[in-house]
Amino acid sequence: MNPTQESRYALVVKKQCPTCALIEPLLEPLDKLYGSALSVYVQDDPAFAATVTQPVDDSSLEFSWRHQIEIVPTLIHFRGENEVQRIAGWDKKQWRELTGIADLGEGITDFQPGCGSRTQDPGMEETLALRFAQNPLQSRELMLDDSTDAIEACYDHGWTDGLPVVPPTPLRVMRMLNGSERDPREIIGAIPPDLVACSVEKIAINAVMAGCKPEYFPVVLATVEAALQDPFCLHGLLCTTYFSSPVIVVNGPVSRHIGMNWGINALGQGNRANATIGRALQLLVRNVGGGIPGEIDRATLGNPGKYTYCFAEDESDEHWPSLAMDRGFERKDSVVNLFAGDGLQPIVDQRSRTADSLSRSMALSLRSVVHCKLFQMADAILVICPEHRRVFKESGWNKADVKAALIEHLQLPGAEIVRGAGNIAEGMPETLKDQRLAKFRDDGLHIVAAGGDAGFFSAVIGGWVASGERGSQLVSQRVN
Amino acid sequence: MPNDDVLLDPTGELNPPQRKLQNRLTGLQGKIVALLDISKPRGKEFLDVIEGRLRELGAEVKRYTKPTFTRIAPTSLKQQISSESDAVIIALAD
Repeated sequence: MNPTQESRYALVVKKQCPTCALIEPLLEPLDKLYGSALSVYVQDDPAFAATVTQPVDDSSLEFSWRHQIEIVPTLIHFRGENEVQRIAGWDKKQWRELTGIADLGEGITDFQPGCGSRTQDPGMEETLALRFAQNPLQSRELMLDDSTDAIEACYDHGWTDGLPVVPPTPLRVMRMLNGSERDPREIIGAIPPDLVACSVEKIAINAVMAGCKPEYFPVVLATVEAALQDPFCLHGLLCTTYFSSPVIVVNGPVSRHIGMNWGINALGQGNRANATIGRALQLLVRNVGGGIPGEIDRATLGNPGKYTYCFAEDESDEHWPSLAMDRGFERKDSVVNLFAGDGLQPIVDQRSRTADSLSRSMALSLRSVVHCKLFQMADAILVICPEHRRVFKESGWNKADVKAALIEHLQLPGAEIVRGAGNIAEGMPETLKDQRLAKFRDDGLHIVAAGGDAGFFSAVIGGWVASGERGSQLVSQRVN
Repeated sequence: MPNDDVLLDPTGELNPPQRKLQNRLTGLQGKIVALLDISKPRGKEFLDVIEGRLRELGAEVKRYTKPTFTRIAPTSLKQQISSESDAVIIALAD
């Protein structure tokens, strides 16, 4: 026989496995039959198979990983380099056929499933891939000595937004990348202001630092893709002296799957997905794009949303179209919407019990976006709370009715808002005094449902003063 | 827990090449200076003053305008300015 075609056998076991313990008495007859042609790989305690001719300590799990062992015990028959048969778990009939030992396992049960291989332990896949596979990660590595605190090192390198970040170790980044099927080397686009080509891997690194779980990663990727859509105008937004920065509204099943918050305190703290998805985008802009406050980020005051500003929409009312549906998507689509906005201005109306009164009330508050006398300058998101939506519903109004009423109530005679009117120098140009002016440009007012059940408190998220084609428009991106 | 002894660089890993500066003008007499208005309010008034001063120094002045201050200048505009002038002054905002 060609020596390269000689049969070899590998048995992979771990001491902690009851099925491996069940077949331990079989090691002796197998060793007697195969001798040095049998290697017994032990994943945990090498003493387990110490009596066989060829025990192998596989506590590094290299053999198990390279041969994709999922269950122990696994018995493999090789001919030369080729695997010809594999049995996972204990099946007396199969083992007897493979070994040719007619009475193998006499006196023990006919069948017992095996246990999970240690290669299948949580988080082990990425650890072993990093240890034994060609490292797919291409980013520069920073080696730290024992005395250096990794979190402090991230501060020292200027990688943080002022809050601590999760140190982006290769293992954490690998786990993040496994949250998506995208190739780590795929270039998503050029991140302003430096217009650096940004790979999926760089996004994963910043998502790790932001504190994201791997299951958030597809949403983070869609967020970055949305931010790079030309109509969003990320470059101008991150440079501006104005307050604004990206506001993220997540729609569709993914928001529920990853546990986002659209209810009580939806725009506040306390939800990991809300907090970290928004932060990942901000860190990416800082680290990959180079958008650093005091350098190219020239915000006069900024706003706290520049740490993170991300929430989900309440889609519990099937008769109320979501923001994504307003943008042409369907209820079943998972979508990320990005708006260039800032802050939060409350609308308190605890008296209106008719849709007409409430719409007039909300329009009055919306008029103050940017300035009560500046029209067509910035867009806005109106976040309507459940109690206010109930008022509209009880009047028989749907979302389109609400929006139409708001737009109607937000039209004013130019004479009331031109420069000098009301003894206020700020305002619209004098040439518009005889026109009737709309507060928002077409497609400049967006409505989102969110908030806890109690409280007649809706809110306005004002937009960047550069809206529309000359600046930023709300953009939407499907989550894949 | 993952070891923290190796971190991956989250930045764009820019290693900007040293750029050689253009030769500086030794004087303005007869030179063409481009003034780029980025379309921010009052940029025109500011550049009007600069233009007057430059003309007093003997320079010829050409005026250009970016479509919007929120975006970087179109490549075609940058090429036009570089091909039509000897120096450029950009009226940055704020």
